[in-house]
Amino acid sequence: MSPNHESAADTHHAHSHGHDAGHGSFKGYMTGFILSVILTAIPFWLVMAGVLDSKLLTAVIVMGIGVVQIVVHMVYFLHMNPRSEGGWTMMALIFTLIIVGIALAGSLWVMHHLNQNMMPMTHEMMKNMP
Amino acid sequence: MFGDISLTQFIFGRLTWEAIPYHEPILVVTFAVVALGGIALLGLITKFKLWGYLWHEWFTSVDHKKIGIMYIILAIVMLLRGFADAIMMRIQQAIAFNGNEGYLNPHHYDQIFTAHGVIMIFFVAMPFVTGFMNYVVPLQIGARDVSFPFLNNFSFWMTTGGAIIVMMSLFVGEFARTGWLAYPPLSGVDYSPGVGVDYYIWGLQVAGVGTTLSGINLIATIVKMRAPGMTFMKMPVFTWTSLCTNILIVATFPILTATLALLSLDRYVGTNFFTNDLGGNPMMYINLIWIWGHPEVYILVLPAFGIFSEVVATFCGKRLFGYASMVYATCVIMILSYIVWLHHFFTMGSGASVNAFFGITTMIISIPTGAKMFNWLFTMYRGRIRYEVPMLWTVGFMITFVIGGMTGVMLAIPPADFVLHNSLFLIAHFHNVIIGGVLFGLMAGLVYWWPKAFGYKLDPFWGKMTFWFWQIGFFFAFMPLYVLGLMGVTRRVSQFEDPSLQIWFIIAAFGAGLIALGIGSFIVQLVVSYLRRDELRVISGDPWDGRTLEWSTSSPPPDYNFAFTPVVHDHDSWYDMKSRGYERPLQGFKPIHMPKNTGTGVILAGISVVLAFAMIWYMWWLVAVSFIGIIAVSIAHTFNYNRDFFIPAETVAATEDARSKLLQERT
Repeated sequence: MSPNHESAADTHHAHSHGHDAGHGSFKGYMTGFILSVILTAIPFWLVMAGVLDSKLLTAVIVMGIGVVQIVVHMVYFLHMNPRSEGGWTMMALIFTLIIVGIALAGSLWVMHHLNQNMMPMTHEMMKNMP
Repeated sequence: MFGDISLTQFIFGRLTWEAIPYHEPILVVTFAVVALGGIALLGLITKFKLWGYLWHEWFTSVDHKKIGIMYIILAIVMLLRGFADAIMMRIQQAIAFNGNEGYLNPHHYDQIFTAHGVIMIFFVAMPFVTGFMNYVVPLQIGARDVSFPFLNNFSFWMTTGGAIIVMMSLFVGEFARTGWLAYPPLSGVDYSPGVGVDYYIWGLQVAGVGTTLSGINLIATIVKMRAPGMTFMKMPVFTWTSLCTNILIVATFPILTATLALLSLDRYVGTNFFTNDLGGNPMMYINLIWIWGHPEVYILVLPAFGIFSEVVATFCGKRLFGYASMVYATCVIMILSYIVWLHHFFTMGSGASVNAFFGITTMIISIPTGAKMFNWLFTMYRGRIRYEVPMLWTVGFMITFVIGGMTGVMLAIPPADFVLHNSLFLIAHFHNVIIGGVLFGLMAGLVYWWPKAFGYKLDPFWGKMTFWFWQIGFFFAFMPLYVLGLMGVTRRVSQFEDPSLQIWFIIAAFGAGLIALGIGSFIVQLVVSYLRRDELRVISGDPWDGRTLEWSTSSPPPDYNFAFTPVVHDHDSWYDMKSRGYERPLQGFKPIHMPKNTGTGVILAGISVVLAFAMIWYMWWLVAVSFIGIIAVSIAHTFNYNRDFFIPAETVAATEDARSKLLQERT
C-alpha cells in the first residue's frame, strides 16, 4: 500500500506538488542504518552485561538512547528537516511533540495525584477486601 | 500446547453451538427478520443483476463522492440498529417497576446499552461525519478527488468491517456488558471472560484503522489540493472544521488504538497493565481512554458546526458573520478539547488542584463555542432568512444545544460533578449535545447537500415532519432524564424500586416513540423524494443559491468534479463568481487524469474481519492464515502499477455539452 503512487495519480493538480522533499541517498541510508544498529546494541549491552550498578541510571540511559534512535529514524529514514514539504513535516513534528507532551505530562500528573490521594493498600489487604 | 485439545477445539477455538443465542426469543425473532430481509435484498440484487454494477461502480470505487455516499448509507443503517437498542431500553425502563423485571434480563440489558453507545458513536456519528467530509471537502476546495483515493476506499471498508464485527456479536456469541468504554477491571478477563469485550476491542480496532487513515487522507487533501487562490483564510468554514476534526482524529485515535491494544494484552497474554494487582492500575485505562474520548466528541461536533455555518450563510443570503472569529474559535476548541479529559473522572480521587485545572479548562471551552453561537445569530440578524428544512434544523440546534452546553458547564464544576456524575443527568447532558448538536447538524447537512449528490431536493413536507418529531421527541425523551438525574437515579439500571419515578420514564419512553416517528418520517422522506424526483429535480445544480464552490458544478457532479480547476478570489467563492457574472467555459477541454478503481480495499478489509473473528474465538490457525493473507495482499497491491487513466477530452466535452443543453432547455 503505497500512498505515493496515488498522489502521483493526481498530477492534474500540478500546484499541489512541492517536490522539495529529499528522497535520501545510499550514504544517508547506510549512516542511518549503522547509527541505529549501534544505538540498539548499546542498550542490550548495558542491560545484559550489567555494566552499571544503578538500575535506575541504566533505565534512564536506555530511554535516552531510545529518544536518540527516534531522531535518527526521522532524519535518515523519513528525511525530515525544517525545509522538507515546505515546512509541513516540521510543523507536523512539532504538533506531534506537543500532543505527546500533553498526554504524557497530564497522565503523569493525574496518576501521581491519584496515588497520593488514595489510601495505600497492600496486596494482602486488597485480596481480603469485603 | 495443542496436546490435550480435540480437533474441533483446534478448528473452532471456543466457538460452540452454545454461542448461538437460540434460547433468547428476542434475538431469534430479530435474527429471523434480519435473515429474511437480507435474503430478500440479496435475492433482489441477484434478480436485477446488480452485483456487477455494485462491485464495479460502488464497492471498488475510489471516487470520493461515492465513498462519501457509502459512508452515509452505513451510518443510516447503523442508526436503525442503534435506535432499536435505544427504544428497547426506554421500554424496559418504563415498565420495570414494582417487582416487574421487564422483558430484558440484566445480562441482555447490559449488552444493549453497551451496543447502543458503541454503535451510535463509532458506527453512526463517525461514518456520517466522515461521509460528509469525504463528499463535500474536495468539492469545496475545487479538487477532483482526495489525496490518496485508494486509501479512502480502504478506510471506508475498514469502518464497515468494524460495523460488521459488532453486528456479528448479535447472533454469534454476545457483546460486551461493560458500558461503551469498557472500563477495566470489569472488562478484564477475570470479570468478563466471554467474547463480548473481544468483539468490542476488535470491532473498534478494525474501524479505528479506517478512521485514522481517512483522517490523514483528508488533512493531506485540504493542505495540498486547494484550488489556486484559496488561501487558508479563504477556505469555506466546513472545510476549516473538517481540517480541525481530522487533526484531532490523527492526534487521538492512536491513543485509543494503543489503549485497546494494552487491554487486549491483559486479556490475551496475561499482562497486568490495567488489573487490580501485580502493579496494574485500572485508572490508567480510564485516564488514557479519555485522552482520546474527549477530543472524540469534538471530532463529531466540529463538522456539525461547519455544516450550520454553511447553512446559516446560505439561507440568510449573507456572508457568515465573523468568518475569522469562527475559524479561530474552531482552532481554539480543537486545542482546548485536548486538555480537558479529566472532567470525565473528577470523582476518581485526584486532588483539588488537578480537578480545578481541568474544571477551569472545561469551562473555558464554552467561550469559543458561545462566540460561534453569536456569530450564527448575527448572521441571521437582518438576513433574508428562508426557513427551509436545513435552516429549521439549525435553529432547532441553536435552542437545544445551548441548553446542553449549560448543563455541560454545570457538570464541569467539580463539586457539582461529585453529585451528578454517573447519574441520568449526565446521560441527558450528552444526548442533549450529541443529538442537539451532531445529529441535528448531520440532518441539516443531509437535506442541504442531498440535491448536490443526487440532483433532486428532498421532499420538504416530510422533512418538516422529521424535524418536528425529532425536536419535540428529543425534549420529551431527555428532559425527564435531567429531572431523574437530579433526583439521584444512576445510569445503566434495568429495574427500579421506587414507583414514584415511573412516570418520568414513561414520559421519556413517549419521547423515544416520537423520535421513532421522526426516523420513520425520515425514511418516508427518502422514499417520497425518490418517487417525486422529477418534480424536485434541480437542473441549475444550485438549488439554494449557494455560496461555496461545490455549487459551481453540476448536481450531481461529473466524475471529474470540475472540468477546469476553479480560481478563487474570495471565501464565498461561488457567490463571488456569480456576482461577477461568471460564465461556464464551453470549450478547450483537456483530458483529465483520474485514479482507477481497485478491489484491494474490499479484500483487505474482508480479511481483517476474518482475522478479528479468529482472534475473538481463539481460532489461532485462522489468525495466522488471515494475517499472512493481509500482508500478501498488501504487498501484491504495491505491484499494481495500473492505477490511473485519462478521461478523454471528448468525453469531458460531451458531458459538459449535455449539461449546457439541459441548462438551455430550462431557460
